[in-house]
Amino acid sequence: MSRPMQPAVKTESLTRVFNPKKKREGKSVTALDSVDLRIERGELFGLLGPNGAGKTTLLKILSTLLLPTSGKAYVAGFDVAKDFQEVRKRINMVSGGEISGYGLLTVRENLWMFTQFYGMKSAVALKQIDELLDLFGMADKKNEKVRTLSTGQRQKMNVIRGFVTDPDILFLDEPTLGLDVNASRVIRDYIVEWVKTRPEKTVLLTTHYMAEADQLCGRVAIIDDGRILACDTPENLKKLVKTSTMLKIDVTLLDDKSPLNTIPGVEKFTYTDDPASNLTSLKFVLQDESAVSDIVSEIVHSGAKILGLRKTEPTLEDVFIKMVGKGFE
Amino acid sequence: MTETWLLRNLRAVKGRAYPRVIGSSREPSWVIFDVLLPLLTVAAYAYIYKFMKAPEEFVGFVILGGAMTAFWLNILWSMASQLYWEKEIGNLSLYLMAPISRMSILAGMAVGGLFETTLRAVSTLVIGIAVFGIALSLSNPVMLIIVFIVTMVALYGMGMMFASLYLLFGREAYHMSSLMTEPIYLASGFYFPVKALGFWAAAGASIIPITLGLDALRQLFYPSTRSEYGFLPMGTELLVLSILCVLFILLSKLSLDYMEKLGKTSGRLTLRWQ
Repeated sequence: MSRPMQPAVKTESLTRVFNPKKKREGKSVTALDSVDLRIERGELFGLLGPNGAGKTTLLKILSTLLLPTSGKAYVAGFDVAKDFQEVRKRINMVSGGEISGYGLLTVRENLWMFTQFYGMKSAVALKQIDELLDLFGMADKKNEKVRTLSTGQRQKMNVIRGFVTDPDILFLDEPTLGLDVNASRVIRDYIVEWVKTRPEKTVLLTTHYMAEADQLCGRVAIIDDGRILACDTPENLKKLVKTSTMLKIDVTLLDDKSPLNTIPGVEKFTYTDDPASNLTSLKFVLQDESAVSDIVSEIVHSGAKILGLRKTEPTLEDVFIKMVGKGFE
Repeated sequence: MTETWLLRNLRAVKGRAYPRVIGSSREPSWVIFDVLLPLLTVAAYAYIYKFMKAPEEFVGFVILGGAMTAFWLNILWSMASQLYWEKEIGNLSLYLMAPISRMSILAGMAVGGLFETTLRAVSTLVIGIAVFGIALSLSNPVMLIIVFIVTMVALYGMGMMFASLYLLFGREAYHMSSLMTEPIYLASGFYFPVKALGFWAAAGASIIPITLGLDALRQLFYPSTRSEYGFLPMGTELLVLSILCVLFILLSKLSLDYMEKLGKTSGRLTLRWQ
């Protein structure tokens, strides 16, 4: 039996340190640093952070694949270190880009195989698999061998693998990583629908796509360097930067950006270079809108050409930039 | 242990065995690589014995040994190194996360491997018998089935133990398997009666279940040669094999539990490319 009064996920000062196998392989890495998190049942909760922030480490601990160095983690009220068999009955996990299963099996056989590890009756499992394949637009692929699938089709199959066992708590680790717009949309739509129609189910989604977290999640925790920096609804998080002005400027490739950082009124500043398109995208969080004219002057002075300039609504990325002082990429 | 727990684990065994069972029909190239090519080695030994005018039973010994090589190769390349490859392709973490005993995954691998390898071994045996025209005089079919089953349980128990230990070796697992191929062909007497090695060498090689299993099968197929070429009395061989069954399955459980604990602590069990 689940423990209904308990939150879906709770962590207390959860810390994970990875020590190198040999001293010469480098220093210890603190992947999670005193993480306190509480996710209630029925939530679609997002964990947002750049690569290496600690998202996957947290999911591995919650899915009983890794032990914490210190602190506690509970899933459905069960301690992941002690009651791991109870935890495993209630969870499933899907990772982006995974290549699980066997290429010589058909899609349907592959999914069936994984349901057997959860003790599902074959008839029930196959019915469920057929329904999900249909929902994900994969019905025509069910008898195709797994090795013939495209990346997007394969990831849809992986996501189906996570849902087909009907877990109480589903961990999705970057489920749309590297997928095209259509495949991502199908997966996102189903995640939202699944939680909406099953109020007792919980999804913990990790992503480094801001829009994905914004669009899907009721609450979002921002994680960087193993620490939770903020945790709230996307709307409330965005209010943190509401008093600031967001400015996006596209210019021809700009070599020296350092003067932009020192302009009075610029609170935070990030950029991305695209040498192939000869384009630099600059993003500013401004304390004072009067800084705009100084920024424009500085760009013109540097010899770059302004291709576009607009004020933007605050996004979760702006929240992240404000908190960490850097972008995701 | 509840009925649900048992059912779930039996289903897990069935699920993990399935890819191996179905694999035989999906990739028929095994007939060339796993039957015809090993027969070339068998043929070489058979012609040597024929040329030397050795007793006719020796060709039968070689064909039986050739058929059994399929099981040893399956243990090394499809059991021992399997969990390592499962880790590399990302399946291992999914197995570890499932609410089942890890032994059911290993048992599924063993059952599936046994099925596909028995097909290969029987094919080698039938073609070998047909090509070299040897006559087998099976004395006790019930005993043959018992010896075969006990040998396979002990052998695949050993494979299950290797599977968890190989997780320690990582990529070096390939070298371990290579290292254990030809030497075991020699030590276990795949192409000659193991008695020829002398008592202590044959006794040492008996830790590999196929040594005594193969010797017992030869005694059953050629009862008239039992006293001259048989290593130990068949009852003794069956007893030792039964002990090995328990020993290897127990050790595989212990080593897998240890590996899982080590992996969860160090964080390396689900890391690929280690």
